[in-house]
Amino acid sequence: MNAPMTSPWAAAGLVLRRDLALAFRRWEQVTHPVVFFLMVATLFPLALSPKPSLLADIGAGVVWVSALLSSMLALESLFRADVEDGTLEQLTLSGQPLAILVLAKTVAHWLLSGVPLVLASPVVATAFGAAGTAYGVLMGSIALGTAVLSLIGSVGAALTVGSRRGSVLLSLLVLPLVMPVLIFGARATDLALHGDPSAAGPLWLLGSMLILALTLTPFATAAALRISLE
Amino acid sequence: MADPADARLEADDLQLWRGQRHVLRGVSFVARAGEFIHLKGPNGSGKTSLLRTLAGFLWPEDGVIRWCGQPVSEDRDGYAAALAYLGHENALKGDLTPLENLRFATRLRYPTSDPALRDALTRLGVAAQADLPARVLSAGQKRRVAMARVLLSQARLWLLDEPFTNLDGRGVADLVAIIAAHTQAGGIALVTSHSDIDLAPGTVRELVLA
Repeated sequence: MNAPMTSPWAAAGLVLRRDLALAFRRWEQVTHPVVFFLMVATLFPLALSPKPSLLADIGAGVVWVSALLSSMLALESLFRADVEDGTLEQLTLSGQPLAILVLAKTVAHWLLSGVPLVLASPVVATAFGAAGTAYGVLMGSIALGTAVLSLIGSVGAALTVGSRRGSVLLSLLVLPLVMPVLIFGARATDLALHGDPSAAGPLWLLGSMLILALTLTPFATAAALRISLE
Repeated sequence: MADPADARLEADDLQLWRGQRHVLRGVSFVARAGEFIHLKGPNGSGKTSLLRTLAGFLWPEDGVIRWCGQPVSEDRDGYAAALAYLGHENALKGDLTPLENLRFATRLRYPTSDPALRDALTRLGVAAQADLPARVLSAGQKRRVAMARVLLSQARLWLLDEPFTNLDGRGVADLVAIIAAHTQAGGIALVTSHSDIDLAPGTVRELVLA
């Protein structure tokens, strides 16, 4: 009762470290999103035509659609385990602001599902014959984009955590909201891969979306999770 | 922090509806520092709903909950820090050891060291399992680890929903002693249980939900 309290940011660090520790004890699950990403990207040349000129044109779009679907895949499990085993109840009673703890969980989710995609994206772009000069912009835009996807997706995951078949509902809720991310992300990547210096424009827009999502979504997610406890 | 002798939980005319069911019909009580309250009632009488309302998970349609004289809606995080809740679920991660589970849950509240965590596990009789993955523990052992979390919470108010589930006779007696020690030190405990709590007359107050 008189002991010093843990500060909210230290508490967020604890949540982040615990989620990473839990993920690495189930190592095979960590690799699922990136394997899915590579699989989806492989489908496009098989379904369309393997002409090098066509592939170079669609490379940026393929990377983005694959990244979007892959990060949707991992979203559903973001809060489910914590709700089912009672951990969420304990998080809300820790005396720490729930929005900050939820933000830490979302950051952990991004580190596990977004960062592997960032690292794998140059491989896919190269396989599609994209010019090899703009990997910085490609990886930067994927990093910004997947971070926004994780944040917006966390609201959807919190809203659907109580429903039995939440995954379809989750996609219906989240996909329309992340379309701007797809539009600007794919545009930035496409411009950069074609050596166009105006790629900075869409990148700035992605950055501003990230800041907007960072400041708003943790509160919405925390509120949705509190409702799910009722 | 309020004066320890002032710790007081008041429920005033709580009305709770779950869908079409009127679960809590004007529940009122005062729990003062040092009180060990045994919440009784048949299945479906609203014991769990009352504890979840007091923990802040459910919002009553009407009525006020006050902690130390202040409505809890005014300082939710402060109230949350003063209470510990043991629900039906143990809130343990099967892939982490009991020690890691406790380290996480306790450090969210205040910085602590491993010897203190092991002491709590020893008091609950699960020190030998401290470094095994929690998923290999028996149901009763998991319940004891969850109770160690409550013990470590430094919370004044304990809300325990069926804490004796899956415990053997010895475990029940140990846990009753731990709860009694908490209330004797000025804490408050609200405990739901279907079995009688075996303590000297006058130590436990019964609150019956119809």
